[in-house]
Amino acid sequence: MGQITLQGVQKSFGPVHIIKGADLDIADGSFVVFVGPSGCGKTTLLRLIAGLEDVSGGKILIDGKNVVDTPPAKRGLSMVFQSYALYPHMSVRGNIGFGLKMAGLPKDEINRKVEAAAATLNLTPYLDRKPRELSGGQRQRVAIGRAIVREPKAFLFDEPLSNLDAALRVQMRIEVTRLQKQLGTTAIYVTHDQVEAMTMADKIVVLNGGKIEQYGSPLELYERPANLFVAGFIGSPRMNFVTGEPALQKAAATIGVRPEHLKIERDGAGGWQGTIAVAEHLGSDTFLYVDAGPLGMLTARYIGELSLHAGDRVSLVPDPARIHRFDESGNALRG
Amino acid sequence: MARMATTRRVAISTAVAWLFGLLIFFPILWMGLASFKTELEAFAVPPSFLFFHWTTENYATVQERSDYLHHAMNSIIIAGGSTLIALLIAIPAAWSMAFSPTKRTKDILLWMLSTKMMPPVGVLVPIYLIYKSFGLLDSRIGLVFILCLGNLPIVIWMLFTYFKEIPRDILEAARMDGATIGRELVYVLTPMAIPGLASTLLLNLILAWNEAFWTLNLSTSNAAPLTTFIASYSSPEGLFWAKLSAASTLAIAPILVLGWFSQKQLVRGLTFGAVK
Repeated sequence: MGQITLQGVQKSFGPVHIIKGADLDIADGSFVVFVGPSGCGKTTLLRLIAGLEDVSGGKILIDGKNVVDTPPAKRGLSMVFQSYALYPHMSVRGNIGFGLKMAGLPKDEINRKVEAAAATLNLTPYLDRKPRELSGGQRQRVAIGRAIVREPKAFLFDEPLSNLDAALRVQMRIEVTRLQKQLGTTAIYVTHDQVEAMTMADKIVVLNGGKIEQYGSPLELYERPANLFVAGFIGSPRMNFVTGEPALQKAAATIGVRPEHLKIERDGAGGWQGTIAVAEHLGSDTFLYVDAGPLGMLTARYIGELSLHAGDRVSLVPDPARIHRFDESGNALRG
Repeated sequence: MARMATTRRVAISTAVAWLFGLLIFFPILWMGLASFKTELEAFAVPPSFLFFHWTTENYATVQERSDYLHHAMNSIIIAGGSTLIALLIAIPAAWSMAFSPTKRTKDILLWMLSTKMMPPVGVLVPIYLIYKSFGLLDSRIGLVFILCLGNLPIVIWMLFTYFKEIPRDILEAARMDGATIGRELVYVLTPMAIPGLASTLLLNLILAWNEAFWTLNLSTSNAAPLTTFIASYSSPEGLFWAKLSAASTLAIAPILVLGWFSQKQLVRGLTFGAVK
């Protein structure tokens, strides 16, 4: 079991409030991603759950038990660090088995468990090597091995893939997701990469300035962002925001349209007129950055190849069903 | 072209490095050579470099006239003792400053270093008087104490930079793995800190072994280490150059051997933090 509940969790360092009251319910077995810009408090929140930092207020419940005064190791969680944090003087076997050794398990049981974990992660041939003799991806796998071998209630991942190169990152992303589903263990994963968040999460927590902006499934966040921040943060390229006349027509302070929901017309008279500043042709997609005069720069995405170039005049027509409306304070207007 | 330029640069820097190395080593070499000369040859003008009557008589005389083993024992006790005590104090001090720094940590470190900026002679009189009142003059304990205090700032600085290099994540990983502070120390921190501890220990041993100001001023015979032993052969009159050289060679030999076998460790220790 690994159900984690946060109730009014706060953290301040001196006069600085890092976490301003977080409430969250993480269901057993789910994969939850904390995402947000740097400095938003996502890593601090993870460290509070881990017990590496003490809360300044509120409760953290693991399977219904308040653990704010429980030391990290007794919370039954395991953590994968951004820097891997392997013990440099121990072999892979020693690294993976260290937690079990500390728990006082008999030697042959430790060996059996370490070997099973190594087999799951394709680390068997490297068991007697030192961390410095491994590649980045292998080190990351050792760090994950150290986490899974203890059969924790939940895994905590702190930007574990940010030190890997792009290709390896995609591969490890898939491996981590598959492993989590296979083990069925609750996972909390911190990242600043919204693509990682969208692809890995069952549910995403969007954090900004120490506050939870929205908590929901990736598609909920994409389709019904609660406010301007979430709307702008989730989705790539970023959502277009338009204020002024077009927004007033929709009875909103700001309206937002995702680039993929703008229909591109070559010489249409309707919609928003503009001149293409930059056109990116990826083959699978075409991205147009359009200077729409008073409306500012707008981004439009076309699936497939579209033969338009910088300097061409286009008209962008928003899909009326996919227009997001926001009030003055930036909150979404529904209905 | 570029390769030729690089080869030439390497050759020039190698030559310069050798030149400086020889320059620094020359006095020691000259001392070694002089210790095998007769007193007359030792200050002959022009000096003979290799072609003289090689003799070991100076060593015999030195051994006869003074008790080398007694002074060597004092040196071992004073250098070893002051190093061990300094480490015992410095490890926890550096530890707490590296792993739970406060706003004042930097100030404390600088303040410690600032004590090394004053010439020791500035406090000679008060220290001498204090030692006199407490009966610490010419005692091993007194010398252990003063050398330990003198080197403590450097020991703390060195250890601090070492401990700072140990990533915090690893300590946190150990905490997540359920290691208590004691086990974290035994299984994770100490093995990672051993290279740093070793080079700090070595450097401090060398510094304490060669320390001459306090040892000369605060000891006469009972507690006198090898530095005093050397000094006893330097006199304004008479022919003592060869014997002085023999005494010096005998005095620095142990630490030179120790330094030679641990040079890898030392270089790593001295450049730690500078190069990653």
